[in-house]
Amino acid sequence: MKSIIILSGLGVLSLLSEIFNFKKWLMPVVLIGLMAAIGYASYDWNTNIHYFNHMLVFDNSALGFTMLICATSILWYWMSQSYFTNETNVTDHFGITLFALVGSVMMVSYGDLTMLFLGIETLSISLYVLAGSKKNSLSSNEAALKYFLMGAFATGFLLFGVALIYGCVGSFHLYTIADYVTAMHGTFPKMFYVGVLMMLIGMAFKVSAVPFHFWAPDVYTGSPTVITAFMATIVKTAAFAAFFRLFNTCFVGVEGIWVNILSIITLATLLLGNISAVMQINAKRILAYSSISHAGYMLLAIVAIVNGHIINTNALLFYTAAYSVASIISFTVFMNVSNSTNSDSLNAFNGLGKRSPFMAFAMMVAILSLAGIPPMAGFFAKLFLFFLSIRGGHIWLVVGAVIASLVGIYYYLRFIIAMYGKDGSDLPSITIESSHRTLLIVALLALAVLSFAPSFLSIN
Amino acid sequence: MLTALLILIPFVFSIPLLLSPTQNNKAIALASNIVTLAITIFTCFTFEHNSNVQFGFDLNWFPALGIHLKAGMDGISLILVLLTNLLVPFIVLSAEKTLEKIDKPNMMLGLTLMMQGALVGVFTALDGFVFYVFWELALIPIYLICLMWGGENRISITLKFFVYTMIGSLLMLIGLIYLAQHTAEHTFDIQAMYAAGKALPASQQSMVFWLMFLAFAIKMPVFPFHSWQPDTYTNAPAQGTMLLSGIMLKMGVYGVIRWLLPMVPLGVAAWGNTAIILSVIGLLYAACIAIVQTDYKRLIAYSSFSHVGLISAGVFVMNVQGMQGSIIQMLTHGINVFALFFIVDLIEQRTHTRKLSDLGGIRGVAPGFATVFMIVMMASVALPLTNGFVGEFLLINGVYQYNAWIAAFAGLTVILGAVYMLRSYQKTMLGEANTITSNFTELSGSEKFILYSMIVLIFAIGLFPQPLLNISEPAVIHLLEQASIK
Repeated sequence: MKSIIILSGLGVLSLLSEIFNFKKWLMPVVLIGLMAAIGYASYDWNTNIHYFNHMLVFDNSALGFTMLICATSILWYWMSQSYFTNETNVTDHFGITLFALVGSVMMVSYGDLTMLFLGIETLSISLYVLAGSKKNSLSSNEAALKYFLMGAFATGFLLFGVALIYGCVGSFHLYTIADYVTAMHGTFPKMFYVGVLMMLIGMAFKVSAVPFHFWAPDVYTGSPTVITAFMATIVKTAAFAAFFRLFNTCFVGVEGIWVNILSIITLATLLLGNISAVMQINAKRILAYSSISHAGYMLLAIVAIVNGHIINTNALLFYTAAYSVASIISFTVFMNVSNSTNSDSLNAFNGLGKRSPFMAFAMMVAILSLAGIPPMAGFFAKLFLFFLSIRGGHIWLVVGAVIASLVGIYYYLRFIIAMYGKDGSDLPSITIESSHRTLLIVALLALAVLSFAPSFLSIN
Repeated sequence: MLTALLILIPFVFSIPLLLSPTQNNKAIALASNIVTLAITIFTCFTFEHNSNVQFGFDLNWFPALGIHLKAGMDGISLILVLLTNLLVPFIVLSAEKTLEKIDKPNMMLGLTLMMQGALVGVFTALDGFVFYVFWELALIPIYLICLMWGGENRISITLKFFVYTMIGSLLMLIGLIYLAQHTAEHTFDIQAMYAAGKALPASQQSMVFWLMFLAFAIKMPVFPFHSWQPDTYTNAPAQGTMLLSGIMLKMGVYGVIRWLLPMVPLGVAAWGNTAIILSVIGLLYAACIAIVQTDYKRLIAYSSFSHVGLISAGVFVMNVQGMQGSIIQMLTHGINVFALFFIVDLIEQRTHTRKLSDLGGIRGVAPGFATVFMIVMMASVALPLTNGFVGEFLLINGVYQYNAWIAAFAGLTVILGAVYMLRSYQKTMLGEANTITSNFTELSGSEKFILYSMIVLIFAIGLFPQPLLNISEPAVIHLLEQASIK
């Protein structure tokens, strides 16, 4: 709860700072504030406090995801300094991103469907603006409009589902819904089934699962790169935490309704996300499709929900952490590479191993982690999810996921081939900002910690 | 604890090398190699001749999933660790000329050391998960070595190699997780996995057999999963080829011995015969193709494919002779194939060609070189008194006990091997020297050191194989007891 207060306070402060000419100090203040938010969240560990009639429940999984979101956003602000200095409307950018963070913290800690809706909307509305924040770019405007239309559509589904479930249960509280599910012993009014499926579709839109993914590649490619990184890491973490929390708390007893549908969605997301990425030549688009395919792996955590939720939460937390850190690294390198050549194409990476060995190394580690090659953190993350799914009896889903990983390896290797196998002597020389160099070192260390001590991140 | 040192030392030494990729600090790599070789030799002498796992360690790595960081050596592992730590120093030494030419010499050395650490990890792991991690970890350095310093078509060829081996490994991962799920306490511990595998019904054992066998078959390679191999061997830089054929293909054979035979005995009973027949087909097929090769490196690549067919057949016959033959043959094949690829590399350095038709008459110009080559070739075609004879004799003996007909076909390997090796010797060394070969220089100091050491090893193992056989025998007998169906 204190994290939400701190983040909202920072947001208001940054809007006011335009008046008081406080801009220069904003970045350090925001970073200190985020650290304080992490500190308060860890201080509340194991307290399990309910706020406002159980509307917000800060149990350990909420605190874990809160800390992860704040930590990722520290890395993200660090990476995005140029976005907050070179462009106009700096204070607005700060304010909007901070409110987006408030929305994501609400999404990981809600105890009530109204709070879920409020969190999603706070996050989404901020993102519509951010996606269009490169005002002079046509593709950025397109991204914002597409995202807004699709997002509004998804919210409609979600809200419809919430209303139908409220009609059956008479309450928005997650625990009341869970009690209702246990009390009904498998015989529900038809309205309830429809409600669950509507919510499933709404959430699938938000996490860009196939076949509700069409907005994602365009929005990811069109938005400014830093916003793409924001969507791929922080937003994804929050959306999955919310999805997981909803189904894990309320709908475990009715998995007959949704498990098969979600299995198909998962398989489609895995295969289509990976196969579409193979054909891309734009590096940013490859990263966008890779982000869709990773949504597929994370969906495995929800499909396998039926047994032992603490381990599932751990697995999801670990996966999002490993994925976020690797994505921050890859987007940082991508940003530097594309700035130096003014191109988003994969060819901009040619010969990076010679032109900038450090960046090429960082990119290689991130790519290997995303591809899930041991001993990188991404491998452990995938392994835990495969493990849980086999334990839950979804062995064929895992075979599908393995095939998808193979396809994934193919296009991830294209980065490594470009960097180490191709000649880039005709490309302009490249320099990395010193702050980005430090950021990459910190992120690589974080990835190394996740790789060698996978049990470090666990909420029990 | 010594096992942990053997795994860690190469990784630790690879860090400074990888951090300064453009320099050339061979001394660092060699220092690491000497330390690991010294420890390995020490373990060989202090090894107690029984089937127990020795020099091991066990750390609790990820308790929630029952993963232990557990490794140690029994006789079988020790022979393969010996192979790894013996060959890598020579591979590093043999790279002297290459390192002067390429643009990132330290990176190649660092990757070689990483590979060494990972290989030792594969050969000593006693936890299914740790085995898998090292198995994959060994792939990354060799992939980069082939990608960065390979021949013309390196991009598509290395991609094929990587994706091909990844298919196998991921299937193996499913198999391992599946077995771990069936252990009593959900662990990856090897003994628990043996017990779990044996308790499965025959149909599921067959499924696990194929999931795991494909990974090993691709790595070795066994016919018909070999199509990545000749291209990759031919296109890789010499040091990459030496690592691939000298050590890496033994990962597959070792995997079968340690992680397949005792794990799913009923699956092996149902499909072992198929595996033997595939191996023998591959053996004959590769030998026949080797005869008509025009590229020398490709010829050796096919010869390696042919030899490994016999080794894998010897593993699946499930008797002491066959298994012992496979283990000693893995060591000797590593030594011989390293020497052969080194000789081909020397020829290529001096004449800038690998085509058999361009060469000829080298014996007249460089008799010392030709003599060394002769000895290595004789070892490779398993002449008595050389190391190749010991392994091949035991292997054919083992296969004969299983089935005389299969042994008859497997025995052809010796004859066909003689055909393609002698033919290539004749084409390159005998005859009149031409414009390409007439300036062929004799062996230099370090080249002499490497090849003479190999000759010493060839005769030492050929004349006194017993100490090595004694090391692996108790472990082999114990393993076959565990793998038998009663």
